[in-house]
Amino acid sequence: MYSIILATASRYLLLLLQMFSLFLLFRGHNEPGGGFVGGLVAAAAYALYFIANGIAEAEKLLQIDPFYLIAAGLLLAVSSTMPSLAAGMNVMTGIWFDTGTALFGKVGTPLLFDTGVYFLVLGVTLKIIFSLAEGDLQ
Amino acid sequence: MIGFAVSAAAPFFYRRFPGYFGWIAVSFPLFLFFSFTSFYPRIAAGEVLRETVFWVPSLGINLSFLLDGLSFTFALIITLIGAAVFLYAGTYMKHYGHASRFFVYIGLFMTSMLGLVLSDNIAAMFVFWELTGISSFLLIGFSHHKEQSRKSAMQALLVTGGGGLALLAGLILLYGISGTFEFSGLFPKRHLIVNSPLYPAATVLVMLGAFTKSAQFPFHFWLPNAMEAPTPVSAYLHSATMVKAGIYLLARMNHVLGGTALWQDTLLVVGAVTMVCSALLAFNQTDLKKLLAYSTLSVLGTLTMMIGIGSELAIKAFFIYLIAHSLYKGTLFLVAGTIDHAAGSRDTGVLGGLGRAMPFTMATAMLASFSMMGVIPLVGFIGKETLYASILEMEEWSRYLIAAAVIANGLLVMITLVAGIRPFFGSMRRLPSVPHEAPFAMLAGPACLAVLGLLAGLFPDFFMGAMLDRLASSVLADTLTFRIKLWHGFNEVLFLSFLTLLCGMLFYAARIKLLPCLHGRHITPVLKPSSWYDAALAGMLRVARWQTRILQNGSLRNYITVIVLTAVTLAVSVLAGSFSAFPEIPALDVTFYEVVIVSIILVSILVLITSSSRLKAVIALGVTGFSTGIIFILYGAPDLALTTFAIETLGVILFVLVLYRLPRFTSYSTTASRARDAAIACVFGIFMALMVLYTVSGELDSGLKRYFAGASLPEGKGRNIVNVILVDFRAIDTLGEITVLAVAAIGVFAMLKLTLKGGSR
Repeated sequence: MYSIILATASRYLLLLLQMFSLFLLFRGHNEPGGGFVGGLVAAAAYALYFIANGIAEAEKLLQIDPFYLIAAGLLLAVSSTMPSLAAGMNVMTGIWFDTGTALFGKVGTPLLFDTGVYFLVLGVTLKIIFSLAEGDLQ
Repeated sequence: MIGFAVSAAAPFFYRRFPGYFGWIAVSFPLFLFFSFTSFYPRIAAGEVLRETVFWVPSLGINLSFLLDGLSFTFALIITLIGAAVFLYAGTYMKHYGHASRFFVYIGLFMTSMLGLVLSDNIAAMFVFWELTGISSFLLIGFSHHKEQSRKSAMQALLVTGGGGLALLAGLILLYGISGTFEFSGLFPKRHLIVNSPLYPAATVLVMLGAFTKSAQFPFHFWLPNAMEAPTPVSAYLHSATMVKAGIYLLARMNHVLGGTALWQDTLLVVGAVTMVCSALLAFNQTDLKKLLAYSTLSVLGTLTMMIGIGSELAIKAFFIYLIAHSLYKGTLFLVAGTIDHAAGSRDTGVLGGLGRAMPFTMATAMLASFSMMGVIPLVGFIGKETLYASILEMEEWSRYLIAAAVIANGLLVMITLVAGIRPFFGSMRRLPSVPHEAPFAMLAGPACLAVLGLLAGLFPDFFMGAMLDRLASSVLADTLTFRIKLWHGFNEVLFLSFLTLLCGMLFYAARIKLLPCLHGRHITPVLKPSSWYDAALAGMLRVARWQTRILQNGSLRNYITVIVLTAVTLAVSVLAGSFSAFPEIPALDVTFYEVVIVSIILVSILVLITSSSRLKAVIALGVTGFSTGIIFILYGAPDLALTTFAIETLGVILFVLVLYRLPRFTSYSTTASRARDAAIACVFGIFMALMVLYTVSGELDSGLKRYFAGASLPEGKGRNIVNVILVDFRAIDTLGEITVLAVAAIGVFAMLKLTLKGGSR
């Protein structure tokens, strides 16, 4: 079932939703939001695109296997704990560089950690959706 | 630490310079070797070097390092043999796939082995201990496409890993007794430890760990099987270094646990039995590497036995023997690899006459073989002399032990004749490939080791003399002075050495006669510990299958029933006492919105449980979810609401995707089981409602709320408390959760792919 209206709309919606998800991620430290919700919203954006355009298109759009997103997210989250170790503090102590950047809000290792969560959640959700959807085609 | 980084970088270098990678790789262990030798004067002066990096100071676990005579010797052996092996492997591994991985593993191994022998902290030592086990597993299973490789790797991992667990338990007991995690802290508390009622348990557990690692009888069987690994690995891990980790531990612990009958006698007996049995087992082997493996076992047994004897002379013999063995056995293994490489076979029945084609390899092998046989003037000779002398010095047992030692060493001579010398002489036979001299990179390493063995034999004072008394003093409590000489004159010991050589020749002659008779015979499986291992493994699998059938029967409904009932029962049984009165129901101030939402939820639930169509049920479920989200908004929890909405949306999408594959909607449940489910659901609902009421009425004040609310902005730099908790205060929990998520995704993926491949939906 292919709907031109949905397919066209989903392209713009995808962009909007992704921007929204990033917005959620960055504002998460002070306002409702955060990496987990952000990741879910981003995944929902892709899910919408997939419903409108089919699984092959959605995978082509993403270009990489969601497993890489999972791995990258985990790596990011783990590596965000390292700077504090290098600085001689206890592991996972948050380090803040500048608490007033215009675009990102506050920059620091917790943000890096949250970004890791974002990518991981996105990857996990997409992997599950994509594998289920691929199964249907066969 | 640097070692791990270097080994991680290895593949990048390898890809860039595949041709002469060995030469680059060798610089790393060589550098370490020379930096360790620079400590020589200080160690020889009796200094003990320490360095500590704090790791988990709150638990007393630190990366503290200790460089005394014992760890110094091991560090030198590890780096020196490492250098030879790295250089050798650079050429040897070319015809293996994924050679770059090999260097990662072996670099990892070398670093963790160094960490093991240098650690002063028991916990850190244990971590390195397990790391060597894991890298050994990876290296044995390097040719992972071969069934036998995988099996051997698994066997080695299970045996040493099981021993590792015993060791961990033993170390924790020791910590419990003494209250310290440092080896150096244990030494002064020896009296306390030996007199503790837990002493026997701790000792036995530590010994179990050491015996499995060092392949002592009856755990010896994994080592010959581990010969499936590429030859450089066998030379490095399974003869020169890793298998000596257990011996190292015993020597290190000798201070702390030694001196009792339990310790000395067990080591003595186990060592002696291993020494003789494994040498006997080598009798009917024809594979070069297996022969050498059995001889390694025998030597490991000898080393254990010498710690068991525990006299000054025995400890001295221990060190000389240790150094000598590492030098010659490393060489012989590498030579065996060269032969395999050049002639295409490792079968001693086939090999012969290689001397003409490979003169340099032959010279190297000769030197190492003579050292192994204990011929003057090589270092192996001194080792064996001291060994005999220390046995003769004993008061009881000496007669039996000397006989055992002579027989075992005689068999070692036989093995050497078969494996180290025989392939180069005699007539050339038909071989799988035409033998040729090995390239320089594969010759240099073993040749250096062999020559070093000769030099150490000729000038023992220069190479070992000054160090030896320090070495011994790190194992025994008091300082000693030794004379170490090549030539002691004609005496009993020398006579025994000649007797050993003679025995070896006789055994060799007997082997030629007996081998055809022995061929095809099998030892009764009951007597073979490896069959115990197989039986235990099979039994464990059976238990696991049985358990899975009972507990994991695949019915989700059963799981939920069990989980819910267990939770309710446990919670009620714990809480029943603490709350006596029925909580007072707070005065309800119901708004219009709330009434509407609750009725929407109720209606959709009704639809959900009565519907006869899946789609309808899924949508109804979605409606309840969204309504719950709205409730969250009404009560001022936008975070939760946001997450709930996102989850519900994706949940519905997932459900729709799954819907395709489910069989037609049928009513599985009978009325009775529905009633039961309804009852369980009601119980759970009432339970949850009560819990909430109690929580609200009790006004829980744990202080957490105030702490987080207060600390969020100044310490976490964020105003969203929930998020600050997630990513900062409790980041380790989140890290755990997302790891679980990732694993779950992999699980889902694997399950779906497997089902699809199997074609059964």
